[in-house]
Amino acid sequence: MFGLLRRILKKLFWLLLVFIGITIISFWVIHLAPGSPTDQEITMNPLADAEARERLERFYGLDKPLHEQYWSWIKRIARFDFGNSMSSDMRPVLDKIMECLPVTVCMNVLALILTLLVAVPIGVLAARKPGGLFDRGSTMFVYIGFAMPNFWLAMLLMSQFCINWQIFPLSGIVSMDYDSLSAWDKFWDLASHLTLPVFIYTFGSLAGMSRFMRSSMLEVLRQDYIRTARAKGVSGAKLVWTHALRNALLPVITLLGLSIPGLIGGSVIVESIFALPGLGQLFYDAVMSRDYPLIMGSLVLGAILTLLGNVLADIGYGLADPRIRRAF
Amino acid sequence: MRGVKKTKFARILSHMRKNPLFWAGLLVVAGVALAAVFAPVLAPYDPNLRHVQYKLVPPSGLFPLGTDSLGRDVLSRMFFGARVSLWVGFVAVSISIAIGVTLGLLAGFFRGWIDELIMRFVDVMLCFPSFFLILAVVAFLDASIVNIMVIIGLTSWMGVARLVRAETLSLREREFVAAARLAGAGAWRILFRHILPNALAPVLVAGTLGVAGAILTESALSFLGIGVEIPTASWGNMLTEGREAMGVAWWLSVFPGMAILITVLSYNLLGEGLRDLFDPKAV
Repeated sequence: MFGLLRRILKKLFWLLLVFIGITIISFWVIHLAPGSPTDQEITMNPLADAEARERLERFYGLDKPLHEQYWSWIKRIARFDFGNSMSSDMRPVLDKIMECLPVTVCMNVLALILTLLVAVPIGVLAARKPGGLFDRGSTMFVYIGFAMPNFWLAMLLMSQFCINWQIFPLSGIVSMDYDSLSAWDKFWDLASHLTLPVFIYTFGSLAGMSRFMRSSMLEVLRQDYIRTARAKGVSGAKLVWTHALRNALLPVITLLGLSIPGLIGGSVIVESIFALPGLGQLFYDAVMSRDYPLIMGSLVLGAILTLLGNVLADIGYGLADPRIRRAF
Repeated sequence: MRGVKKTKFARILSHMRKNPLFWAGLLVVAGVALAAVFAPVLAPYDPNLRHVQYKLVPPSGLFPLGTDSLGRDVLSRMFFGARVSLWVGFVAVSISIAIGVTLGLLAGFFRGWIDELIMRFVDVMLCFPSFFLILAVVAFLDASIVNIMVIIGLTSWMGVARLVRAETLSLREREFVAAARLAGAGAWRILFRHILPNALAPVLVAGTLGVAGAILTESALSFLGIGVEIPTASWGNMLTEGREAMGVAWWLSVFPGMAILITVLSYNLLGEGLRDLFDPKAV
C-alpha cells in the first residue's frame, strides 16, 4: 500500500515536471518572434487590429519582466484560458479547439483500431517463419510504408478515386445536403467522406506497428515458457496465437501511447488535403493567418493530449500485465 | 581463404553479397547525391526558365518528364530539388546529432541530477507533436530553408540522446575506461577520446535514418507551402503544383513523389544495412 502511494506520487511529480517543461518551451516559442509578437508581426497581419494587439499584450503581459509574464500566462493556462482567437470571430481559443478535437480524435482512434487489426496478424505471421516468404514480403511492404510520403499517397488516391472514378467525394466531412438526409444516408455520407483519410492514417502507422509486432513476437518466442509450452505438446498455431500473442501484445500498449504526437502532427497534412474540420486543419489555418493565441493554445493542448496518452498507456500496461499489477 | 580467417574486406564483401537491399540503397543514395551535386550540368534546362509556349506538356523527347503549368522543365526542377532535399537532410541531421550526442554523453557519463535533468527535457520534447512545434516556430519566424533545417534539427535529437546515453552508461563501466581513468585522464578526455568513438556506430545508423525522416518532413512542409521559398524547386513544392493540376497532368504529381519515396526508402535501407553490419547479433 505504501509502495503504491509512493509510485503514484512519483508519477504525479513527473507529470508536473513535464507539464512545466511543456509550458516553458511553448512560452519560449512565443518569444522567438523578432521584437514581440504584437510588434511588427501584427502590423503585417491584416486580421489583427489595434484592439486585438492590446488584448494580446494584456494576455501575455508583454510590458512586464519575463518571469512575471510567464507566471501570469501559466495561471491562465491552468484555468484552460487560452485567450481569444485573433480571427474575425474573436471566439475563445478553447471553444474553437474543442469543436475541432472530436473529428481528429475519432479518425485517429478509428485508424488505430484498423491498424491493430491488420498489423498484429502481419507481425505474428512474419515472426512465425523469420526469413520466410511472408516475412520477406511484409518486410518490403514495411520499408515502402515507412518511405511513403502520406500527402503524396493522398494525392494519388484522390486523383484515382475522387476524380477519375468518382467513387468518393473530393473533400470535406459531409455533403452540402447532409442535414436533409435520413439517418442511414447520413452515416453513409460520413463514411464515404472518411474512407480515404482513415485509410491514409492507417497506412501511415501500419508499417511501424507491424514491424514492432514482429520483433516483439520474436522476442517472446525465444522465452523459456514458450519452450516449456512446446515441450508439453502445445501445437504451433495455438502456441503462437494464445500463449505468445498475449505477451507480445503488451509492449504494443506503450507504442500506442508513443504514437500519439505523430498522429496529431500528421493530422495537419491529411486534414488540410481533405479539408476536414479537425485540429490539424485549425492549426494550419492558425499558422497561415498568424493567429498567435490559437497557435499557442493548440500547441499546449497537443502536448497535454500526448502526456495524457502516455499516462493512459502506462495505466493500461499496468492493468494488462499481472506482474506489474502485483507489484502495486 | 577456405577455413582461414577472412580479411576484414572479404568479410564486408560477403556481407554485402548477402544484403542486396543494402547495396541498392547505397547505390541510389550515391546516385541522388551525384544528381544533386552535378544538377547544373545534368539539367537540360534552367529549372526556373518558363517555356511559355510549352505549358503542361506531357513527357516527350523535348521534355523527358514534361513541363509544369508555367512551362518549366520538370526533370531540371527534379535535379535541383534533390539539392534542397539533401541539404536539408544533412544539415538537420548534423544539428540533431550534435545536440543528441552531447546531451546523451553528459547524461550517461555524469548521471545523477544532470542525467535526470536532461532525460526529463527529452520527455518534454517528446510530448510535442513535432510537426506542430515546427509549424508554430515557422509561424513566428519566417519560412526559409535555413529556418526549416534548424527547426527540424532542433526537434529531432531526442532519439539520438537516448541512444548515446544508453551506450555511455554501459561503456563507462568497461575496463578500458577504468584504465584511462587510472592513467590520469580527465572526464572530458575520457568522454571524447574513449567513450565517444565507441558509441559512434549506432549514431551513424540513427543519422542515416534521420536523413530519411528530415527529407520527408521538409517535403511535407514545402507541400503545405511553408517550406522552401517559392521559385526554388523542391520535391515537396513541386507536388503542390501537381496537386493543383491533379487530373490534368499526372506527371507533375507522379515523378516528384517517386523521387521522395525512392530516396527515403534508400536511406532507410542503407541505415538498416549499416545496423546489421555493426551489430550482426540483432537481426
